Amino acid sequence: MTESLLTTPLDAWHRALGARMVPFAGYAMPVQYDFKGEMAARCKGGVMAEHLHCRDKAALFDVSHMGQAMSHGAAEALETLVCGDMIGLKPGRQRYTLLTTATGGVLDDLMVANLGAKGFFIVVNASRKDVDFAAMGASIPIARMDDRALLALQGPAAAKVMARLGPVAAALPFMGVARTKVAGIPAIVSRSGYTGEDGFEISVAAAAAEDLANRLIAETEVVPAGLGARDSLRLEAGLCLYGNDISETVSPIEAGLTWAISKRRKMSWDFPGGAAMRDLFDNGPVRRRVGIRPDGRAPARDHTPILTPDGNETIGEITSGGFGPTLNGPMAMGYVRTDFSGDGSKISLMVRGKPMQATVVPLPFVPHRYVR
Amino acid sequence: MPPKKSDTRYTKDHEWVRLDGEIATVGITDHAQQQLGELVFVELPELEREVAAGEACAVVESVKAASDVYSPLAGRIAEINETIVEDPEIVNNDAEGEGWFFRLELDDVDSFEELMDQDAYDEFLETL
Repeated sequence: MTESLLTTPLDAWHRALGARMVPFAGYAMPVQYDFKGEMAARCKGGVMAEHLHCRDKAALFDVSHMGQAMSHGAAEALETLVCGDMIGLKPGRQRYTLLTTATGGVLDDLMVANLGAKGFFIVVNASRKDVDFAAMGASIPIARMDDRALLALQGPAAAKVMARLGPVAAALPFMGVARTKVAGIPAIVSRSGYTGEDGFEISVAAAAAEDLANRLIAETEVVPAGLGARDSLRLEAGLCLYGNDISETVSPIEAGLTWAISKRRKMSWDFPGGAAMRDLFDNGPVRRRVGIRPDGRAPARDHTPILTPDGNETIGEITSGGFGPTLNGPMAMGYVRTDFSGDGSKISLMVRGKPMQATVVPLPFVPHRYVR
Repeated sequence: MPPKKSDTRYTKDHEWVRLDGEIATVGITDHAQQQLGELVFVELPELEREVAAGEACAVVESVKAASDVYSPLAGRIAEINETIVEDPEIVNNDAEGEGWFFRLELDDVDSFEELMDQDAYDEFLETL
């Protein structure tokens, strides 16, 4: 590491709690915690314990490395960049969508919220923010909000906790968004997340981040959780990680993200790469993203080759793989040739030079528990 | 009789070795298990395999990542601890005892003396 890492507004807060910091997308980020004192009584820390705590009660993630911006651009102009329905996105609503490339790949996946007169509130991946905001800036005004923190409160107890600190936020429906106060701190709150659990993403001024984080962990259900747990939670939920499962060279059609292309836009395909996507949509892609359960206990990691069951022919590659603490077993996502993409298809995985049997399964591995 | 702590030697890859005659018992250190976190999978070498000093011959996996375990010394795999394959958590709970990985019939018993003793390993950990 020759380049110095950026830090989030919660850097010192993480370290005081016993975080192990690692470089991620140019930032020093907590991968997991070795909790001390009272927090250790709630959760012993470590990826497994933090993951299970999130599914059991509530976990607090610092996702301030992600890119936040406001845009006063027209919905029509925004639609020239993304494949989702932005004209139909009502005030107070948020949508998962994709910035697409001219060749039909994914520039990034992102959240767009309609804050009414305030404009669109946009959250993009940390590793892509410069690329994204440059690309978007060519078509719509983009005001980066690099002075904001973003906290994600996730888990079945998240709503109960939020009810004590921010009743307006707690009353939001799934994918609802509001400018309101949490613990008296002005915030943009959405009912969303990336763990498969109910929860909230809370954007606040950087200067208020530590205050908010402390108010949230003062609630006894909540423990901080690191990037390790965030990754195993999102994989159990079958959600894509940009750079692993989706990229500029992967089509949303192959990735099984066709649902993110709204109905109206599937009529016109009038967004970057639309023609290429339409072709794949009509004729079917040669590879598809699938869920994979290895037969044994050994995890198969990303870049593991996927072969036919007899091991004779390579038919794909794992893009995310690990161990699911809630699933209590190994799990993976990857791309396979379409004739092996049906649920129940038998495949093999080449792990450390040995073929390992595995089965294609439906996603998610762990059912989503969003509020509806 | 359990060996004295001072009879244990260590490597910079965080394996420990204990010698009993020509048989060396090998595992990963408590520091290593702490760094790895909860183990979810262990793969051990096959019996009778000849391993060189520093050769990767076992694998440990946590939720997050896979790591190699290296043979500290050259020899033949004489015994493996199947219980940690069944229950990898034993390594987290007792890395330098019940959580041993394999036993090695050493090619050269004297090579044991060349490994770090407890004090040298503790000093090494300070530098990390």
